[in-house]
Amino acid sequence: MTPIAELKNVTKAFDDKTVLEDINLKINQGEVLALLGPNGSGKTTLLKILAFIEKPTKGEVCFDGKKVVNRNFEQLRLESTMVFQKTILFSASVYDNVAYGLRIRRTSENEICEEISRALKLVRLEGFEKRQAKKLSSGEQQRVALARALVLNTKLLLLDEPTANLDPKNASIVEEAIAAANRELKTTIVIATHNMFQAKNLPNRIVLMNNGRANEVGTPAEIFGKLSKTLASFAAVENTYRGTAKMTKEGTTSIDIGNGVQVIATAPNTGEVSIFVSPEDIILSKNRLESSARNVFKGSIIGIQDLGSVVKLRIDVGKPFTVQITKGSFHDMRITLNSEVYLAFKASSVQII
Amino acid sequence: MNILDGLLKALQLIFSGDPRIVEITLRSLFVSGSATLIAALWGIPIAMFLGRSNFRGKFLVKTIFTSLIGIPTVALGFFLFMIFSRENGPLGFLGLLYTPTAIIIGEAILVAPIVVSLATSAIEAVDPDVASLAKTLGASESQATFAVLREALDGIFLAGIASFNRAIGELGVAVFVGGFIAHVTELLTTGIKLEIDSNNIDVAMALAIILLVMVFGINLALNLVQRRKK
Repeated sequence: MTPIAELKNVTKAFDDKTVLEDINLKINQGEVLALLGPNGSGKTTLLKILAFIEKPTKGEVCFDGKKVVNRNFEQLRLESTMVFQKTILFSASVYDNVAYGLRIRRTSENEICEEISRALKLVRLEGFEKRQAKKLSSGEQQRVALARALVLNTKLLLLDEPTANLDPKNASIVEEAIAAANRELKTTIVIATHNMFQAKNLPNRIVLMNNGRANEVGTPAEIFGKLSKTLASFAAVENTYRGTAKMTKEGTTSIDIGNGVQVIATAPNTGEVSIFVSPEDIILSKNRLESSARNVFKGSIIGIQDLGSVVKLRIDVGKPFTVQITKGSFHDMRITLNSEVYLAFKASSVQII
Repeated sequence: MNILDGLLKALQLIFSGDPRIVEITLRSLFVSGSATLIAALWGIPIAMFLGRSNFRGKFLVKTIFTSLIGIPTVALGFFLFMIFSRENGPLGFLGLLYTPTAIIIGEAILVAPIVVSLATSAIEAVDPDVASLAKTLGASESQATFAVLREALDGIFLAGIASFNRAIGELGVAVFVGGFIAHVTELLTTGIKLEIDSNNIDVAMALAIILLVMVFGINLALNLVQRRKK
């Protein structure tokens, strides 16, 4: 299948500063691709090139089988759209905001009206048509921005940190709308994020970006299964710790990550190491469980974040751990702030980087 | 004649629809409106450029335009008179002196710095990412520029009102390049001056009242339209 977009040796520099360097990337039809990387890694610039609002300094971009040149640059803008991290709205009603791109495309006003109510339904803003967009809450504003992009039904939808500034409720609405667009409209989506959960759950493939380079490309299982150095270098990675490793008599590795917390891993190692434990690999219980898990810690809940169908918890066991559980478990366990809980994870879930 | 008598006679003139007063009023509206439009036609593109670009000397250019807002109308009128002078003015051959066209040109020059300065501020206040946003939604360069202008519309609107007020109320340019030719170049401001000189206080007062009511009325109407839009 022809990729919807392809970047060949793309480099982008602003003045003397190179923000993208020699990017080679194919974006397949219908996939959700995540660009995962810390701030300043070039994610936004890459999206802007795919949105046809920036031109590469060097290299070639192909879109839907066509080479992008000056002549078709503005025309191709109609095929791709982008939602910025910072919400920008026109000083107009929600209706006029969402209608903007359709009017550019000379869609009839009747059709615009229908499309808008469909798009607003997708972001759960039915009946908001006449409201002044800039007077809405920030979460609702971001949803208007998403509806304004979704309504265009472009071949490529680019999202720059779509949930970074949102509370969990709005974030889950946005994530559901994105997933629905991909599922129902078969829209190809590229999403820039530094949110590990988002990168793990939404996309088919992940591109790890750092310092303007696309270091690794793979499925979430590949990327998170074999946690790479690039991934570990992100400041925002949860459950990543530095510690000193030593071998135990049993042949496992014990890593002292500080504050009296010793983590057991199966992979042999000694000396200074970084370790990562995926939040989904951790089992949470109210009482100490008899299990095969070699790592069991008692701690208290210090943070609760509702992510829609799942809840993300921060637990202090001497070091803060992030654990992800389903909404159902969360309610069944009657967890509140400061609740005492036990964490358990297998030694094989500890990845040494 | 005391003020009260003058006022009563003035109101009588206004409400009887005195043809001369109607004519002067309409001409004033036409001349100031045209001058404002012309100033906007070349002032807004300059404002767009100043508001959206960064270059060395931008501050200086903006300062010059801001300073020009206060240009004395008498001085500008005098220079334009010299330029349009039919005897030896460089543009005398155009035969514009003492025509409404000359007044329109003069007032357009007079109010352009107001348009440029206020519209530049309004455009600078627009989020610089609006143009990019419009492009992500499919806009071409010109459509994106138009989207920025639309965001700055309130400020540009204010620039238009301020320019119109300055144009309709000024005397210097109108006197020097328009003169006092009845049925040709006579305006509300020049009319007031002429009638006072001829000791027709009631007519002068009628024209002054119309001038004031018009400035207030037009501003009020435009502001109401603007408020309803929100």
